[in-house]
Amino acid sequence: MLNNQSVAEEIVKKFGDDVYDFEEPFGLLTLTTTREQIIPMLEYLKNHSEFKIGFLTDITGVHFPDTTPATEYCVVYHLHSFIHNFRVRIKVFLAEADLHIPTASEVYASANWMERETFDFFGIIFDGHPNLVRILNMEEMDYHPMRREYPLEDATREDKIDALFGR
Amino acid sequence: MTEANIAKKNSGTLVKDEPIQYVNELTTLNLGPTHPATHGIFQNVLTMDGEKIIAGEQTVGYIHRAFEKIAERRPFYQITTLTDRMNYCSSPINNMGWHMTVEKLLGVEVPKRAQYIRVIMMELARIADHIVCNGILGVDTGAFTGFLYIYEYREKIYEIYEEMCGARLTTNMGRVGGMERDLSKEAIRKINDFLTTFPPILKEFERLFNRNRIFMDRTIGVGGISAERAMSYGFTGPNLRAAGVDYDVRVMNPYSSYEDFKFDIPVGQHGDTYDRFMVRNEEIWQSLSIIEQALKNLPEGPHFADAPEYYLPPKQEVYRSMEALIYHFKIVMGEIDAPVGEVYHAVEGGNGELGFYLISDGGRTPYRLHFRRPCFIYYQAYPEMCVGSTISDAIVTMSSLNVIAGELDA
Repeated sequence: MLNNQSVAEEIVKKFGDDVYDFEEPFGLLTLTTTREQIIPMLEYLKNHSEFKIGFLTDITGVHFPDTTPATEYCVVYHLHSFIHNFRVRIKVFLAEADLHIPTASEVYASANWMERETFDFFGIIFDGHPNLVRILNMEEMDYHPMRREYPLEDATREDKIDALFGR
Repeated sequence: MTEANIAKKNSGTLVKDEPIQYVNELTTLNLGPTHPATHGIFQNVLTMDGEKIIAGEQTVGYIHRAFEKIAERRPFYQITTLTDRMNYCSSPINNMGWHMTVEKLLGVEVPKRAQYIRVIMMELARIADHIVCNGILGVDTGAFTGFLYIYEYREKIYEIYEEMCGARLTTNMGRVGGMERDLSKEAIRKINDFLTTFPPILKEFERLFNRNRIFMDRTIGVGGISAERAMSYGFTGPNLRAAGVDYDVRVMNPYSSYEDFKFDIPVGQHGDTYDRFMVRNEEIWQSLSIIEQALKNLPEGPHFADAPEYYLPPKQEVYRSMEALIYHFKIVMGEIDAPVGEVYHAVEGGNGELGFYLISDGGRTPYRLHFRRPCFIYYQAYPEMCVGSTISDAIVTMSSLNVIAGELDA
């Protein structure tokens, strides 16, 4: 059985200063890396003789408009090792001016649609993706709706004031 | 294509520097968006060489309802209704998964009795899901009879839901901290009735299909996927188990006291349509056994946690006690803030690992909520699974994959 401590130590040994911000929210090992190291890290964890973290559970994005400009967008990877029943969450922060991150679809076939969804909703561009087009929204849309600057309700409507609905 | 090329093809000699030549002119065929055999609204653009599929691409997003965006403006209770509508064949599993995610964030301990009732409801939902999938797979291969036999029992399960919460399809029997109601006598009677009347019908259903020559010809070796590819494509649930990987969230990361129950994980070998059918069928038997165990060992005690600030108080209490009235008001109006945190919680849905990734910034709504929808992730393997086969094979492949449009688009 793997534990958070040993995996974190191994990753630090391999990637050094490129991994930081280790956390354990609800027991799940969470770490942050740079976009240069994310693909090597996914490959390293997958091919590691002991870890064998070879299942990509999920890729998604988060928008934090209130933080520093360099960490405004976040791409979150959830990985799972079936052999050791060990999960790990990897985060990569991006700036809005430079929303590029290499694609993981060479490592995991499932990353293809997950990345398309993230692109669709956040506008994060996955370099080298074979078919980076919108997947759930229509092609003609010219914005990325899950960004926080787009409110859910139509801001021009006056009959839907937030205060009236207890919000 | 010229005659000379046909002669070359027929003689079996390959000319390397020539592009691949096809016997017929290629046809583009739209399978869907609305077609009885696509089970929902998704379009498959297939490129056909005669009767053979040589390439495919899917378009999804026809019913995209922006659940993740809506969830950012809703208190935790109101998100339950969004999860209902994802995999609508087994909505209790989605509901309970969501409630368990919130409980994890809030740190609410759920009493054993509530956990057992949840297990019963989730397993009933899984049976209903598998009944729909396997029944319709029969219809797609031309056997309407099996569907008629077995579909009645999905109705019986819906009656149990109705007894529990009054709703049939969009269930809301769960609450953060437990269940809305305890199992009533009538509900227990209905579940026991189901447990005695369903197995003979399921046996009959199996007799109709399992060794049926036509059914086997239509499904064995059709739409196969190797374990390695299935893993790479992010398959979970019965589709992954049919390929031979015994991954089940209920066993690997037990939630809601699944560790108390004894059951097997059925696995297949080839990952083809027949294996998926058999795995689902076997899972129904396992679910029946889990429900039996849960009913037999049902613990005594309350069916909700001692967490008045999160658990919606019973209506009778609201009329009588001031505290209950205050909490009722605060919960209904979404006045209660959640702690700051980041949770990932997974449950074994009808189709596989249904995950909830929740980031809370301390407000009363999630800062970000992402659903890991198993359908969405594995449906991209569909073209690869039906390349080289015919349209009729593609149809059964799709129905055995159990792609649910609500879960695909969210």
